[in-house]
Amino acid sequence: MFGEFDTSVIFDNLHFLLEGMQTTLILTVIAICGGLVLGTLLALARLAPFKPLSFIAGSYVNFFRSMPLILVIFWFYFLVPHIVGRPVGGFYSVLVAFVMFEAAYYCEIMRAGIQSVRKGQIYAGQALGLTYTQNMRYVVLPQAFRNMVPILMTQAIILFQDTSLVYVVGVKDFLVSADLVANRENRILEMFTTVALVYFVICLSGSLLVRRLQRKFAQ
Amino acid sequence: MIELKNVSKWYDEFQVLNDCSTQVAKGEVVVVCGPSGSGKSTLIKCVNGLEAFQKGEIYVDGTSVGDAGTNLPQLRSHIGMVFQNFELFPHISVTENIKLAQLKVLGRSDDESQQNAARLLERVGLSDQADKHPAQLSGGQQQRVAIARALAMDPVAMLFDEPTSALDPEMINEVLDVMVELATDGMTMMVVTHEMGFARRVADRVIFMDEGRIEEDCSKEEFFNSERGERAQIFLSKILEH
Amino acid sequence: MNYNWDWGVLIREPYFEWLVSGFLWTISVSVAAWILAFSLGSVVGIARTTNSKLLRGIGTCYVETFRNIPLLVQMFLWYFVFPELLPEDAGMWVKRELPMPEFTTAVVCLGLYTASRVAEQVRAGIEAIGQGQRNAGLAMGLTPAQVYRYVLLPVSYRIIVPPLTSEFLTIFKNSSLALTIGVLETTAQARQIEEYTFQGFEAFTAATLLYIIVTSTVMLLMKLIEGRLRIPGMISLGAK
Repeated sequence: MFGEFDTSVIFDNLHFLLEGMQTTLILTVIAICGGLVLGTLLALARLAPFKPLSFIAGSYVNFFRSMPLILVIFWFYFLVPHIVGRPVGGFYSVLVAFVMFEAAYYCEIMRAGIQSVRKGQIYAGQALGLTYTQNMRYVVLPQAFRNMVPILMTQAIILFQDTSLVYVVGVKDFLVSADLVANRENRILEMFTTVALVYFVICLSGSLLVRRLQRKFAQ
Repeated sequence: MIELKNVSKWYDEFQVLNDCSTQVAKGEVVVVCGPSGSGKSTLIKCVNGLEAFQKGEIYVDGTSVGDAGTNLPQLRSHIGMVFQNFELFPHISVTENIKLAQLKVLGRSDDESQQNAARLLERVGLSDQADKHPAQLSGGQQQRVAIARALAMDPVAMLFDEPTSALDPEMINEVLDVMVELATDGMTMMVVTHEMGFARRVADRVIFMDEGRIEEDCSKEEFFNSERGERAQIFLSKILEH
Repeated sequence: MNYNWDWGVLIREPYFEWLVSGFLWTISVSVAAWILAFSLGSVVGIARTTNSKLLRGIGTCYVETFRNIPLLVQMFLWYFVFPELLPEDAGMWVKRELPMPEFTTAVVCLGLYTASRVAEQVRAGIEAIGQGQRNAGLAMGLTPAQVYRYVLLPVSYRIIVPPLTSEFLTIFKNSSLALTIGVLETTAQARQIEEYTFQGFEAFTAATLLYIIVTSTVMLLMKLIEGRLRIPGMISLGAK
């Protein structure tokens, strides 16, 4: 019980845990950037006037949104070495998995953001003689991004939490590092409570920040 | 019937009602007017306790509204209220809207509630719309249903909170006609409105509010014919211009 | 890429049986957790719209706690840590005698977590209706509880059918996390078939199809239900 709660196990293994957190953060940041780029392309494809393109993008999104993230991680853990032709290690395969998976969600956020820009703005751009690409680049996307910032940040917090699922293929992120320490030192209670607390503090600060931003944008 | 004594109300620092006192006698029709933001809607919502107030007292039929021990649902069931945006319940039919509180608050039987609903719909001229849902009716029709819904409770007094401001111009009269009929039947009424034609026809007294204060409280004749304060005059000239 | 295709593996025993049993576990975990999430989420969501500061505070704490800790961490907390925090007898009972401990833990964990998300939807639905309807109900003499029962909830639940559908699909997908504490549901079985036969492509395809079929069916069904529940004359209820 709490009487035996031994915090020294955390400090003794602090370096190891921080390394795990570093992996978690790297994974989160790369997945956000990659997912954002791929997701924007998908959203543009989805809204493109060329029907086959929008169909393919739509199918991609629906496909990934029907699947549990764990299954996607298993898929790529299995597929990536086959495609590359040599073992690549868990980290790179989950990286691909996260980028591909998140892209589907970012695409939907983008699409909603782009559609939130009023039709009149698009007409105004066209009336000034802007091409489709110019209109997107200078009129629609800048407004869309502003509408999307809070939702994109919420998605980033969700992604940060979701990276813990790399546990299923043993990539040494924050949770897996803590799990290793917990089992090695037989300190399950301390380690898991700490992990929960660290995630909670980071995510709560993130959501409070999002709410501040939302209020600022609403004004 | 309705009595307000030195009522004051604040939203945080901002004072919305400032020492308001007036009364509405049985069978009297009192019109409350004033510019937007003058506190008239807040005042009328204090009468049935939809808005809390921090100072003063309000009595309806002898019952204190502000008293913590007062059974508000019971008190409200005797006072009908009609809202600016009708506020019919969208998920149930017109008849069910009129029956709901009769069944759940007054505990009337289904038959009795049904009969009352039919009688009141006839009274407001909407018998043919009985089974429709609110969203299928025009604004004027919805507001007449809302009046019928309030009357179904056999209220001792009726409160109207800008009942015609959300209506298209061509629908205003159908609602006012129903209200005039109610007034001539002797209903006690407190009406927040800008419809000065209505005030001229049926009001006994007119209250003018500005910045949370009751600036004028006099008989209809005095209000429309004699000298009034500057603010009331400016207000009247603005709304009577067109 | 050299790979020996063998789709037959999916209908051979015991692999076929594994998939079927995995699918049944997925459904059981999802449905049981959903019942918990929907009931508790409704209570918490309603609490957050009441006038009581205390109820609102409790509701907010609940929502913030459960949605700011990763679900997997919550799973481990319930499975490994929770029994340690109980008084000795109760802890022993949970560890030794709790029927189907992995299944029960997964259901409780998923249910409590998803309840926080359902609560947010319920709250949004009630807030979308606005103060006017609440006032109208109160003005007629309905008690606050009656206003919820007859006015606010019937409309707000209709508004939130689409987001609740996606919450159900989320719980359905999240049920795969149960594999981390040893529930052999669909994903776990696919993984196990891959490990036994090296036919990962076939196994994962089968699992993927199962998830897609259920997702599509649920969405289709809810479209129909949504149509049924539509309020005559209303074009949109203004849900975001």
